[in-house]
Amino acid sequence: MAERSFAKEVEDLKLGDGDLFRGEGILAITKALLQSGVAYVGGYQGSPISHLMDVLADANDILDDLGVVFQSSASEATAGAMLSASVMYPLRGAVAWKSTVGTNVASDALSNLASGGVTGGAMVIVGEDYGEGSSIMQERTHAFAMKSQMWLLDPRPDQACMVNLIEKGFELSEASNTPVMLQVRVRSCHMTGEFACKNNQRPKVSLREAMDNPKRDLGRIVLPPAAYEHEVEKIKVRMPTAIDFIRDHKLNEFFGPTGEEKTGKTGLIVVGGMYNSTIRALQFLGLCDAYGNSRVPIYVMNVAYPTIKSEVDAFCEGLDAVLMVEEGQPEYIEQSISTILARSKSPTEVHGKDYLPMGGDYTAAVLTEGIGRFLDDHEPAQLGNRAPVPDPVPILTNPAVERLSEVVPARPPGLCTGCPERPIFAAMKMLFEETGTHHVSADIGCHLFSILPPFNLGATTMGFGLGPASAAAFNVKGAKRSISIMGDGGFWHNGLTSGIGNAVFNKHDGVFVIVDNFYSSATGGQDILSSRAENKRRNTNNSIVDAVKGIGAKWVRQVDHTYDVTRMRDVLKEALTTEAEGPKIIVASSECMLNKQRRVKPQVAKAIKGGKRVVKEKFGVDEDVCTGDHACMRLSGCPSLSVKELDDPLRDDPVASIDDTCVACGNCGEVADAAVLCPSFFRAEVTHNPSAWDRFGARFSGSVIRFLQTRREKRAVSFEV
Amino acid sequence: MKDDTVKLGLKPGGPATERPISIAIVAMGGQGGGVLTGWIVALAEAHGWVAQSTSVPGVAQRTGATIYYVEMMRPGEGGQKPVLAQMPTPGDVDVVIASEFMEAGRSILRGIVTPDRTTLIASSHRALAVSEKMAPGDSIADSGAVTEAIGVVAKQEIVFDMNAMAVANGSVISSSMFGSLAASGTLPFPREAYYEVIRKGGKGVEASIRAFDAAHERTETRPPAGAPEPAPTQAALPATLRDKRANALLARLRSELPEQAHEMAWLGLQKVVDFQDAAYGDEYLDILSDLTRADRAAGGEAHGFEFTATATKYLANAMVYDDVIRVARIKTQSARRQRVADEVGLKDDQVLHTTEFMHPRMEEVASTLPVGLANWLKSRKRLYDWLDRRIDKGRRISTYRLSGFLPLHVAGALKGLRRKSLRHQTEAAHRDAWLADATQALPRNYALGVAMLTFRRLIKGYSDTHVRGHSKFEKAMQTTKSIADRDDAAEWARRLLTSAIKDASSEDLDGTIRTIESFRANEPIK
Repeated sequence: MAERSFAKEVEDLKLGDGDLFRGEGILAITKALLQSGVAYVGGYQGSPISHLMDVLADANDILDDLGVVFQSSASEATAGAMLSASVMYPLRGAVAWKSTVGTNVASDALSNLASGGVTGGAMVIVGEDYGEGSSIMQERTHAFAMKSQMWLLDPRPDQACMVNLIEKGFELSEASNTPVMLQVRVRSCHMTGEFACKNNQRPKVSLREAMDNPKRDLGRIVLPPAAYEHEVEKIKVRMPTAIDFIRDHKLNEFFGPTGEEKTGKTGLIVVGGMYNSTIRALQFLGLCDAYGNSRVPIYVMNVAYPTIKSEVDAFCEGLDAVLMVEEGQPEYIEQSISTILARSKSPTEVHGKDYLPMGGDYTAAVLTEGIGRFLDDHEPAQLGNRAPVPDPVPILTNPAVERLSEVVPARPPGLCTGCPERPIFAAMKMLFEETGTHHVSADIGCHLFSILPPFNLGATTMGFGLGPASAAAFNVKGAKRSISIMGDGGFWHNGLTSGIGNAVFNKHDGVFVIVDNFYSSATGGQDILSSRAENKRRNTNNSIVDAVKGIGAKWVRQVDHTYDVTRMRDVLKEALTTEAEGPKIIVASSECMLNKQRRVKPQVAKAIKGGKRVVKEKFGVDEDVCTGDHACMRLSGCPSLSVKELDDPLRDDPVASIDDTCVACGNCGEVADAAVLCPSFFRAEVTHNPSAWDRFGARFSGSVIRFLQTRREKRAVSFEV
Repeated sequence: MKDDTVKLGLKPGGPATERPISIAIVAMGGQGGGVLTGWIVALAEAHGWVAQSTSVPGVAQRTGATIYYVEMMRPGEGGQKPVLAQMPTPGDVDVVIASEFMEAGRSILRGIVTPDRTTLIASSHRALAVSEKMAPGDSIADSGAVTEAIGVVAKQEIVFDMNAMAVANGSVISSSMFGSLAASGTLPFPREAYYEVIRKGGKGVEASIRAFDAAHERTETRPPAGAPEPAPTQAALPATLRDKRANALLARLRSELPEQAHEMAWLGLQKVVDFQDAAYGDEYLDILSDLTRADRAAGGEAHGFEFTATATKYLANAMVYDDVIRVARIKTQSARRQRVADEVGLKDDQVLHTTEFMHPRMEEVASTLPVGLANWLKSRKRLYDWLDRRIDKGRRISTYRLSGFLPLHVAGALKGLRRKSLRHQTEAAHRDAWLADATQALPRNYALGVAMLTFRRLIKGYSDTHVRGHSKFEKAMQTTKSIADRDDAAEWARRLLTSAIKDASSEDLDGTIRTIESFRANEPIK
């Protein structure tokens, strides 16, 4: 069960001709796929594509009705290879993932796919995770499109434009026998908007028809000599066909003054995704209104690759200088425009990264500054009376604000309240106090937060599922053993072979912790092979322990309740010290608390309402016992465990305090016990709808307790007036 | 003067060429910022406006700081749609809604709150960042700095605890923030439209509307912003007490201690008596009387008896050390059960139990024993270890079952033996040495004597944490004593204390010590 349900929203996917769709970008994309008559879709979750996968999963019934096959792929490589269905058959297919990481994983399949080419339209939707809030390295997908020759679509952040480009993208793919990539940025995926719908289309050819009539064409398979012919075909046939299609169908757009009205000396070339910010920048510069009526001519490249020479030549005609607006580095498109204009012996100067920053977000503020300087140098008259642009500098340099920068604490992401991974890292940190630190290879996933305070564990992260593989070199007998961590998501993605299989084969002596929380949690709680939930569409409940044993691991321990910090620590210690040879594998299993709460909370509420006996738990702190040294915080970082100031003038330091969001996972108490911290934590257990026996017990012990308490308290010195 | 009207050589696309209304919601992941964003978009769309929201879910949402952004505008004449931006531009935001106070501060640092445009709607409650919680002492960020900055940067400020208001109405913070937004007058939509949006959401409608109304009213009435909470006035010392034992102690306190120390000594006295007995209170006052004499001799009157006043606090804390007996007594108090019951909102027809997480070691047990017996045990290493193996383990004790309460009650009754115990001997010796050091420094450098008293703050926690605290205390004390003849010794003592309190690893403290050692090495030998 995914973190976010789209059960209600997917109803909008049934809208037809003339209806107005209103909603989030990812739903618009899904709707566009259905309007394009796809036969199959697949993909791998990861922001910003997670929600697209969730939408597809929630829309499974609608997909079934249309005869569309949907698969949650095991990895992006699987998804990429899935597009092979479009190689021999006129089947339209789409797959989606987070880029550039997912594209890295899929690149082998994509290269082969692009070489042989496709018969049916094949589309890769990449969620370009670039810029503020991104969780990955900052690179561009553009390079993959260029090297493999896939056409890269980068639509304006406008749903109608996005939907149109997806529909046209399939046609383009088919016309040029080339897979296309559609790149959408994080904010566009989660951007609300509207567009006019068309009816959904059933696939023209179904998968079943294809399977019942298998086809083979040696010319489409990457084997010599066909592979050499593919390259020639790419250059001589597919690229020219694509260029014609893109031009004829006007996939790129021209805004601002054209023809007679185009009297200025400068222009902007903008990749689609940058359009809205550019318009806002022009507005700030007084060159455009809110509706996009610009005084500067703009050529919007909704197709980021390939560059259409004839369009560039035409746009630059009569202009002294153009500014290329493309985010990220290197400046691939600027280079391509420069080449085109040089070959045309055009006098138009090409600018781009000389006015705009090489890296980082192209926000409206950044663009305003860059475009402003560009115009200042090349056509200052355009700037006219120089309208004032928004300028936060006077405020940011105010002493009261400057002081804030030292006060406002960083707020890095961390493990959720009650996360079952917290006790694993608490145990590890505790153990390191005893054994000294070890090299820890981290992995992608929630557990990556163990790198941050308060745990400060983990030295590297090399890629999804590659935590164990990245410890491969640390295989020296007698040295302090390395520890590597990977999640269940990474394990099934590739870690079973790249990490565990590799360690078994190479007799690696290190410790391998597999964090098994029953879902692909960091990406939003999707089911995976080892999920313990029953999923009627997928095969779940496949044991990780069996898998690692099956691949040859001998020393395998499963901790089936990670909150048992003492046991967790002991198992880790044993793994670090045992004489046993080969990889020491620990499968640490407990359910992701976000998912568990979503599952259990309604059940508990219902049981209480129905008069059933239910014990609800919550942790607390005796503030008189807590001394305010915060040792517990340094082993936790739980959002519900915080500190509070006491109004006791005798106490200087704030004490621990647990708020109402506590889910009674038990970590506080276990850690206090295992690390012998302090006895201030307690678990309060409230029995709802108690049984007669409960009530009798409470009454009986209560009366004895009250008697003893009263006797003691009466004897005490009283400071009452 | 520069003409700053924008002159466009364009046919206007709409009735005006103004910019859209922009709203940024700064929040922490999981705070419901998405719900509020959805409401605002629905509100605008219901009035035929074009609205667009963007957000960055994913990792940023896992308790990290994140930002939601909404722009809205009327369509142009002929239905022309505005081009809306996906990110706020510093200096160009109309409304910033912050769901936590430091996030309000962060939004100011991003430059999206500016005095010419921005209405800042911020909840004044705090959700502490990990860095604020981790320090072994007080490291909570100064909210005052945010308040001060808001005063400088916001065109309009609406600041109060919107979280508490929402909770009090059985709802979540998005509802109260929505209410404040409605009352702020920044959006041209009627109040009824807001209700309509909440109702359409369908979940917890009644509670949401209650919180909305409460926030709306609070925003409209605008109680004087930033009026400081009245400082808790110390209850003056009572004239007499009913309990003769207490009364005698109070009389002593009044007659023997300088007035400046009375209030804190009164609290300290209650604390030590509560810990042990009236005789222990006398001991507290005996020590304080001695300290007062030393204070006066060192010219304390001119310093407002700061030394004695400081001692009243830290001596009480030193005398009330955390031992098994104290913990057992606190856990079994009647007031404690009431506090827990309140905390969990216990109802009459429910049964409450608590489970304590205790981990006593032989060390704690032995130190509770009388000195002779404890030392005898410690000298029998094999026996001691054998016992330790039986004692040193985590114990879960259910306090409100007799099986749990009775052992705790009995442990609490060991109070009578306490002053003969090894622990007491150790604590008293340490305490006396500490006071002697501070008293000795006093005549030469009054401030240094006071600073040495405050080192006591470093000793806290149980078991290993307690040991580490002691080691920090020793380091700070020894270093300070080595520079006691310098005029700036007190200043350095304060720095030692601060660095020890801000950093658990004691790296900061060691750094400060190295600095001190380096300048000592360069001093001419006297």
